[in-house]
Amino acid sequence: MADLSINFAGIKAPNPFWLASAPPTNTGYQIMKAFDAGWGGAVWKTLGVPVVNVSSRYGSVNYRDSRMMGFNNIELISDRPLADNLREIEEVKKYFPDHAVIASLMVESRAEWIQIIKDCENAGADGLELNFGCPHGMCERGMGSAVGQEPEVLKTIVGWVMEAANIPVITKLSPNISHITDPGRAAVAGGTDAISLVNTFKSIVGINLDTYAPYPEVDGSGTNGGYCGPAVKPIALNMVKELAQDYITKNTPISGIGGIENWRDVVEYILLGCGSVQVCTAVMHYGFGIVRELESGVLQFMRDKGYNTIEDFRGKALPNVKEWKDLNLKHKVVADINVEKCIGCQLCYAACEDGAHQAIALSGDLNIRIPSIIEENCVGCNLCSLVCPVEECITMVKRDDGTESLTWAERTQRGDVPVTFNDPLAGGIGHHVPTPEDAIKTFKNRKI
Amino acid sequence: MAEYNRPQSSEEFHRNFEQKKPLMNDTEAYYESSRCLFCYDAPCVTACPTGIDIPLFIKQIQTGNLTGSARTIYDSNWFGNACGKVCPTKVLCEGACVYNHQDIKPIEIGRLQNFATIRVIESNKSLYSPGPNNGMKIAIIGAGPAGISCACELRTLGYQVDIFEAKDKPSGLTVHGTAPYKITNKEVLAEMDYLQGQLGFQVYYNTPVSNAEQLRDIEKEYDAIFLGVGLGPTADLGLPGDDKENVIGAVEFVEALRMKEHLVQVPDKVIVLGGGNTAMDAASESCRMGAQEVTLAYRRSKDEMGAYGFEYELAKNAGAKGLFNVQPLEILGNGSVSGVKFIKTQSVNGQLQVIEGSEFTMECDMVIKATGQAKMGNLFALIEGMDLDRSKRIVVNPVTFQSTNPKYFAGGDAVNGGAEVVNGAHDGKAAAKGIHQWINNL
Ligand SMILES: Cc1cc2nc3c(=O)[nH]c(=O)nc-3n(C[C@H](O)[C@H](O)[C@H](O)COP(=O)(O)OP(=O)(O)OC[C@H]3O[C@@H](n4cnc5c(N)ncnc54)[C@H](O)[C@@H]3O)c2cc1C
Ligand code: SF4
Repeated sequence: MADLSINFAGIKAPNPFWLASAPPTNTGYQIMKAFDAGWGGAVWKTLGVPVVNVSSRYGSVNYRDSRMMGFNNIELISDRPLADNLREIEEVKKYFPDHAVIASLMVESRAEWIQIIKDCENAGADGLELNFGCPHGMCERGMGSAVGQEPEVLKTIVGWVMEAANIPVITKLSPNISHITDPGRAAVAGGTDAISLVNTFKSIVGINLDTYAPYPEVDGSGTNGGYCGPAVKPIALNMVKELAQDYITKNTPISGIGGIENWRDVVEYILLGCGSVQVCTAVMHYGFGIVRELESGVLQFMRDKGYNTIEDFRGKALPNVKEWKDLNLKHKVVADINVEKCIGCQLCYAACEDGAHQAIALSGDLNIRIPSIIEENCVGCNLCSLVCPVEECITMVKRDDGTESLTWAERTQRGDVPVTFNDPLAGGIGHHVPTPEDAIKTFKNRKI
Repeated sequence: MAEYNRPQSSEEFHRNFEQKKPLMNDTEAYYESSRCLFCYDAPCVTACPTGIDIPLFIKQIQTGNLTGSARTIYDSNWFGNACGKVCPTKVLCEGACVYNHQDIKPIEIGRLQNFATIRVIESNKSLYSPGPNNGMKIAIIGAGPAGISCACELRTLGYQVDIFEAKDKPSGLTVHGTAPYKITNKEVLAEMDYLQGQLGFQVYYNTPVSNAEQLRDIEKEYDAIFLGVGLGPTADLGLPGDDKENVIGAVEFVEALRMKEHLVQVPDKVIVLGGGNTAMDAASESCRMGAQEVTLAYRRSKDEMGAYGFEYELAKNAGAKGLFNVQPLEILGNGSVSGVKFIKTQSVNGQLQVIEGSEFTMECDMVIKATGQAKMGNLFALIEGMDLDRSKRIVVNPVTFQSTNPKYFAGGDAVNGGAEVVNGAHDGKAAAKGIHQWINNL
């Protein structure tokens, strides 16, 4: 029987599905409801000196009919008195002693850090998460991402915390930085027990075309927010990988955050090395109930693959994430259109013709709308298969026999790579390019 | 049967003739428009007789550019709103939607089109203005889809346009002929007002052009003439008893319905003769007017009907019954119709034959003849050098719509022998370009 329970840097939880520090973890009421629904842990809405919030706090990016593909907020940390939060932490732990309750913290002075850590430990928190991520509001006051973007400051504060804390400490990183390894290494140098990432990305989700104010609008103006939701997952996954592969940070447990909405997302984060995951936007969109889908999907995946614990497959994708120079240049795939399934939308034609390599041909007969692949021109880029609206209609088929492997690194070593502008070793040499006349059909009579 | 009660008021009439393609609400339009794949060289565009850039107007709806969307539609089709509601989209644009190939519901193009155009009509948002006056005058005979479309296009090119119309309303069969559950009179006429308000063509109503003298005057005064006269009244069947009371042509029947609504009396038992779309309309309209027994009687088999399958379904769903392979011999009755005498038929090697001795009589209180409209041959004969084909349709150049008398252009039902509003809209617009080319020797 597959077992979902985890021990993340010393924090035990019945499963790796945690709520990220955000509006869904604003109160003990919500967290207990979430645990009741099946969540295994929760990072409390960040505690500190209570704030005052604005009204109108969220904005979103919709993609066609999909709502909240990207989501941003300008809400600050908890606006509730610390005492209320501490009392509720205690209450939650009474009802759910085996679930992970982690207190997210953001304060300024060393004295404040020491005080609040003691308070949270007394309330029964299982761990601490240091919020060095918020890219809006709090950073203007020298906290949040203002710390996350200064590795030296971050290291110092982590150091203070490690001295004071008796429970595991997770340092939450801001992605608003060129190299995530910089703050990651600083957190490790400061002695952190674990890292979580990503916090939100500095963002403007849109502008109101009548008032010219950014969303969310606050009385005719707005400010940059923090961006999250499904749209940020790919960027977050890459940052997770960076830390999971970095020789300094790779042994530090990672809690993955960013656009997680279904079981596939969870498995991907785990395959890249995460020991737990945190969810916010999906819960803000659909409520706590989505955990049913996460749990059922991950369990089924584990059964199908024969895994007993999360550790069994954690990090399994990492060896396959290489540098470009180590990819096999002899591997060759080409597109294949299943004529039985093709509906003749010709999106693949438009995409390849205008956006790629002119490797798809139309029949020339208006009544035959199924395009065909010009195999000699196909570079195997996948674009057509990505735009095709029909399931499994365009597939990429392997054309090499798998016996040969040659990488850029190996070719470089052999001196077998293009080095001059018109080098005969250029990869695209001899690639088919249609004539200028073919390009300017509408301006046929244009004289040159 | 009797699914429908006899409508006693205009309100009840409209309830019985509930719109088949109701206006989408914002949410429906938002989701529906997001389904469009934006096909390359989209087949729906090819299938639309007016070639509207459908993927573009749908994307414009999706991105909240409703006015731009309406402009895309009107750029190709001056009857953009009416067409969205009355086009047989299943066999045109929506029939060509690639989703059909995976058994997925095609995009509801007609309703989306209507969604975009109704906004500009209701807010009277001006999209076009007349071109600078070029001093030329064009006469148009008939204010149907073909005539009005030709007028609009000519106005944008700077021509002065006068339309002579026999009836008291514009839009021809759009308001007088299409089934009331497709579009209301109010909606048809609102689009006409909207166009006329922007483009300012002149319509002389109640002004039939019917004699040589009128034609000669027009020829003298105008630089070119467009004929958009459509077809004539329902053709005579030549059956004994054809002249009895309560024997009525389908076109006349629909026109009465559309103009007088619940005031039209439809008796209990109705026989509709014919197998085309007009017959289907007349049958389902009779049901909706409260007739108890409506029979669609057609000479040939069900599969040989000219009507679209979905129109037959609609008539059946309204309560009409099909009677196939029967040929009417005589309309019976003493003053008013009391029945039709039929003989059964069969197809032998593609030839229709009557079966000797198979005569029978079917009772009824009303006969609707949906057996085709007459052509306007008498009028056309007054025009010198204008050739007609064997079916008395005006022969025109398929691109410029110029007839063999170079001063006359023609389009719509008068040329195609009876098609759809969208074909009239296309022809009228194309003819305007043809006129412009001819006048300017382009
Ligand atoms: C019962 C019925 C149902 C139909 N349903 C549909 C439908 O659902 N969808 C669809 O797209 N199409 C439908 N059609 C077809 C469509 O209405 C016609 O194809 C279209 O209206 C033709 O346009 P037109 O401009 O050529 O002619 P018309 O619409 O017939 O317009 C001709 C105009 O010219 C006027 N006129 C004629 N002679 C003269 C004269 N001598 N002097 C002055 N004026 C004259 C007429 O009064 C009329 O206003 C239907 C037709 C019928 C008969
Ligand atoms: S005009 Fe008619 S056929 Fe053309 S797109 Fe609109 S609804 Fe479809």
